[in-house]
Amino acid sequence: MGKTISIFKEALKNIISNKLRSSLTMLGLIIGIMSVILLVGIGNGATTNVTSSVKSLGTGTLTVSINGESDTTIQYEQIDDFKKITNIESVAPYKNVSGTISKDTTTSRNSSVLATVPEYINILNLKLEAGRLLSNIDIENSSKICMIGNSLTDTLFEDSKIKDIVGQSISIEGDKYTVVGVLTKVGSSMGTNIDNTIIIPFTTAKYLKSDMSINNLYVKVSDENNIEATKSLIENYLERNLQISSDYYSVTSQDSMLDTMSDIRTTLSLLLGGIAGISLIVGGIGVMNVMLVSVTERTKEIGIRKSLGAKRRDILVQFLVESLILCILGGTIGVGFGIGVGTILQIFGFSFNITSTVILISFCSSAVIGLVFGIFPAYKAAKLNPIEALRTE
Amino acid sequence: MIELKNVCKSFILGGEEIKALDNVNLSVKKGEFVSVIGPSGSGKSTLMNILGLLDVVDKGEYVLDNVVIKDAKDNTLSEIRNKKIGFIFQNFNLLPKLNALENVQVPLMYRGLKNDESKKIARKYLEKVGLGAREKHLPNQLSGGQQQRVAIARAIAGNPEIILADEPTGALDSKTSNELMELFENLNQEGQTIILITHDINVAKRAKRIVRIADGKLYEGEVV
Repeated sequence: MGKTISIFKEALKNIISNKLRSSLTMLGLIIGIMSVILLVGIGNGATTNVTSSVKSLGTGTLTVSINGESDTTIQYEQIDDFKKITNIESVAPYKNVSGTISKDTTTSRNSSVLATVPEYINILNLKLEAGRLLSNIDIENSSKICMIGNSLTDTLFEDSKIKDIVGQSISIEGDKYTVVGVLTKVGSSMGTNIDNTIIIPFTTAKYLKSDMSINNLYVKVSDENNIEATKSLIENYLERNLQISSDYYSVTSQDSMLDTMSDIRTTLSLLLGGIAGISLIVGGIGVMNVMLVSVTERTKEIGIRKSLGAKRRDILVQFLVESLILCILGGTIGVGFGIGVGTILQIFGFSFNITSTVILISFCSSAVIGLVFGIFPAYKAAKLNPIEALRTE
Repeated sequence: MIELKNVCKSFILGGEEIKALDNVNLSVKKGEFVSVIGPSGSGKSTLMNILGLLDVVDKGEYVLDNVVIKDAKDNTLSEIRNKKIGFIFQNFNLLPKLNALENVQVPLMYRGLKNDESKKIARKYLEKVGLGAREKHLPNQLSGGQQQRVAIARAIAGNPEIILADEPTGALDSKTSNELMELFENLNQEGQTIILITHDINVAKRAKRIVRIADGKLYEGEVV
């Protein structure tokens, strides 16, 4: 159709002939769409990170935590009894221990020491890069040995090869510990960055910490389908056998954690989307303002067109197409900038995760803004009286 | 072809009713070249607006090409305007961002013609008014006379029943005016109905028939 082509051609001509005005108008939308992409992308990235670390626990794992203020907790000796609860396959108590870690003159500041049992390695699916894993004999003997996370190899053993590190010793609070194994890189998981952690036998922690009660446990169940029943059994056990008040402990399954996570994710997305949405509306108002100015400026043109036989719809469509092109163009540039800046942030270590749905939604919302904020000026133009319009200069 | 019967049109200006057209009767047959002459404020423009369907009558009847124009909607008026009327204005009223050819194409486009078709027709009419070589020129790259020729090409390209020319030579020097009037005469000889509105008696005299308008009333003939 000749009409469609010429409407698009003239809309583009008008946008190009007012370069500064058009680009400033678009800037509002570019910033709006860019913030949608960035905020949603960063929000998504953060929650995806946490979710994937929850998932790394594997299904069929329960997390038991007991508040440190509780009068009674589990002692290491009671773990064997605890294991007798139906459907429990393995139990991994763990404890964070503080201590200065050093090797010769090098001291590592950001690392932590975790005391645990061999089951912990299984439940968290940790893999060895060199050496051997923690063993039950280490536990029995309270051996001064350790496994170190992957990042620590760089911090403590600058130039050594991984396989040469095994057998060397480091010092924790001035005491010597032999490195028996190096773990592969896993990234941050459940608030613990394993790569920066030194794992020692649970019983060895008594040299570093006087309080040896257990506050955190991972429990692996044998039958995943009965996980909720097992959860109740554990709760019963904690209350009846150990007299821990229900205010002081929590037993959470991975499912309930994922549920909470997805709740957080939804709230976060809504919040960020809302903020970005406001900036989009502001951009839209800018578009409307410019289109109203444009209608006033082109009153004479509208009069001429009407005298030549343009119907209301023709004028309406012409102005609508113009605001639509402005918005879609701004939206496209905004999506491009959003992804670009997101990718740069990713290089600097931020997690940024954008789905094609979000891109499509932001693209469509820019078109919707073009329509919504363009309709009033276009309608105003369409219903101009041709005689008065022709009379204006 | 055109029949105005007892047409009245008045405006309220400053709380006072002004009769722009007072019981006007006018009949124009196909192929006529009529000029309407009158001083400013005589109702010329109102007559032109009514004839050109930009405005509707208060009382009376307007019959255009056997169709009574009454209570028509905005869109219907646009459609009739597009098909039956060619406007020529004093200040040309070309669209400044479109070149000569595109300007002539505009009414054809609103008629729904395809781009190729309307281009072919527009080119033919530009050649007819002697501007075949300047189709790519923008209005501000053309002289006043040339711009008015483009406007004439735009008015006749749609093959309208009547051409309504409102002071077409008002903004042009006498030599160019003369050339333009020759163009109008040629078009009329080819059978085109033309109604020309002017305040210049020398221009009006080029038409075959003169109608005088004063204070909203119409009189046949040059002199009262």
